[in-house]
Amino acid sequence: MIEEARSVATPRRRALALQRIRAFANYKAGDFLLRWGTIVIVLIVLAIAVGMIWTLVSGSWITIRQFGFQFLTNQAFDPVHDIFGVGPAIFGTLVTSGFAILFAAPIGVGAAIFVNEYCPIQVRIPLAFISDLLATIPSIVWGLWGFLVMVPWLQLTGEPWLSKHFGFLPFFQGTYQGVGLLAAGLVLVVMILPLVVAISREVMAIVPNEQREALLALGSTRWEVIRNVVVPFARNGITGGIILALGRALGETMAVTLVIGNEATHPSASLFSTGYTLSSVIANQFGEAQRGAFLSALIEAGLIIFLITLIVNIAARLLVAQLGKQGSVGGLVA
Amino acid sequence: MNIAARQAKPLPFAQPSALHTQRRRVVNGLAIGLTTLGALFPVVILVYVLGYILAQGRQFLNLAFFTELPGAFGSSGGGIGEAIQGSLILVGLASLVGIPLGLFTGIFLVEYHHTWFATAVRFIVDVLVGIPTIIFGVFIWALVVIPQHSFSALAGSLSLGIIMIPIITRAAEEVLRLVPEQLREAALALGIPQWRVLLQIILPSVSGGIVTGIVLAMARIAGETAPLLMTASVSPFFFHDLNSPIDALPTRIYYYTNSSYQVQINQAYAGAFVLIALVVLASVLVRWATGGFRRQAR
Repeated sequence: MIEEARSVATPRRRALALQRIRAFANYKAGDFLLRWGTIVIVLIVLAIAVGMIWTLVSGSWITIRQFGFQFLTNQAFDPVHDIFGVGPAIFGTLVTSGFAILFAAPIGVGAAIFVNEYCPIQVRIPLAFISDLLATIPSIVWGLWGFLVMVPWLQLTGEPWLSKHFGFLPFFQGTYQGVGLLAAGLVLVVMILPLVVAISREVMAIVPNEQREALLALGSTRWEVIRNVVVPFARNGITGGIILALGRALGETMAVTLVIGNEATHPSASLFSTGYTLSSVIANQFGEAQRGAFLSALIEAGLIIFLITLIVNIAARLLVAQLGKQGSVGGLVA
Repeated sequence: MNIAARQAKPLPFAQPSALHTQRRRVVNGLAIGLTTLGALFPVVILVYVLGYILAQGRQFLNLAFFTELPGAFGSSGGGIGEAIQGSLILVGLASLVGIPLGLFTGIFLVEYHHTWFATAVRFIVDVLVGIPTIIFGVFIWALVVIPQHSFSALAGSLSLGIIMIPIITRAAEEVLRLVPEQLREAALALGIPQWRVLLQIILPSVSGGIVTGIVLAMARIAGETAPLLMTASVSPFFFHDLNSPIDALPTRIYYYTNSSYQVQINQAYAGAFVLIALVVLASVLVRWATGGFRRQAR
């Protein structure tokens, strides 16, 4: 088109051609740039995601080839003899996360019910805000508090009390060490609670008010409204939120590393015993691993967390996404 | 008379027994009580932990603590100046990676939302948000730190930047989707090209929301510990080189938490207080500035 502009003789036609060039630059070139610029950036982001998976797989290739699926069940994590397995770590991860969900789910859903259904609107906003604030507190702070305050308390007061009153249960037996699976589980309860509250609140807010009003008009109590309308309507979303919180608990690192003890014990039912999780193994040992199978074992531990949380997150997203195309659900904290 | 006769008729349904009504009331009261306890739990925990941390670290919250280097182990002086400086540098560098990549991915997801490619990207971003941050630490550790045999500020900010991308993408996509479709259509109908509609009409109308998302993402990565520990490590010096270790607030707190000296432990509390104050202030300020407090009420 530039040639076209130069070739024309009369000033008027020349001006018109120039105008067309500018229009092209203004319109087509800009849109072209927007389209391909954003696509290039998206491709970079995708490349990072693919590169991450590739790095994790290739970095852990040594132990994948050497141990295969035995890596998942092997009891030893022994850099001295080059024998690696994450059996106790997977056990520790599942026990602490399971414990956390067991307590955070009912408390969190209950709190969400209170905030959304019972409490007066003036209290609702501050309560929701406090719960969200809890979510912004960095995990190292929970680790600090857990390690310096909760663990000594557990050792001197909490665990002896549990052992005295519930010692007949296999969960509360053994020596009082403070650090251990119980401490890690308790810290995780506090850390994932805000996530359960936030997502439950959001999905309960979607429940149409007409449905509540219909049941109230029939003379039911607030609790009957909650049980028969709100909870059934929001069930999938709440389940999705709880699974998202589980994913958070499975990968939580610093707070757990500080309070779990990081010692391999034979898996036992006692929550008093020390242990480690997949992520605490990495955080605790990466300083010593420089090469070979040790390095590879740590990266494979990362790969396993990645795969577990991947599956958990996909499941949660699918459940939450069923509740309308509410993009904001789960986006608040997650 | 008529009324009296009508009242004498039996009701068309069985009247609930007083006992049944009583039971329903009791159950409702019980539910109120239990859910109230559930709602009070986060409040009590938050107030208690914040109060405790402030009480323990209070003696160190003075100017020297914010400007000086750490003292020798066991000595009573010293500060966390280098950690605060390091955190600012790391978050700044991470933003250089995270903001452009995250923002434009979010823009892509909204501008071309009807394509299958956008759906796939959105799904991947959604999943990335839920991946534990230590995985990003392991990624950069294996990719950068191990081959270079050295922890570095560059690796640290890279890992934080990657963590930032999906968070900002989601935030940007959410606010951009709130723009009414009519606004876009009206602008396009006037013959304005798509890129000018985006840059001069859509983005300015949601700039507040995007800034909120960016600030919240920065607050979030400022508190990350595990990925930083694996990539940037700790350092007792002020920042001097991108290729050497750098201190940050969370990693310094972690380091001091494991200390056997009471002074350092108290400094860890003080550092934790500074970190909480930064993070909480950031989220309170942006919410207040963008009227987020009102929107929360359903």
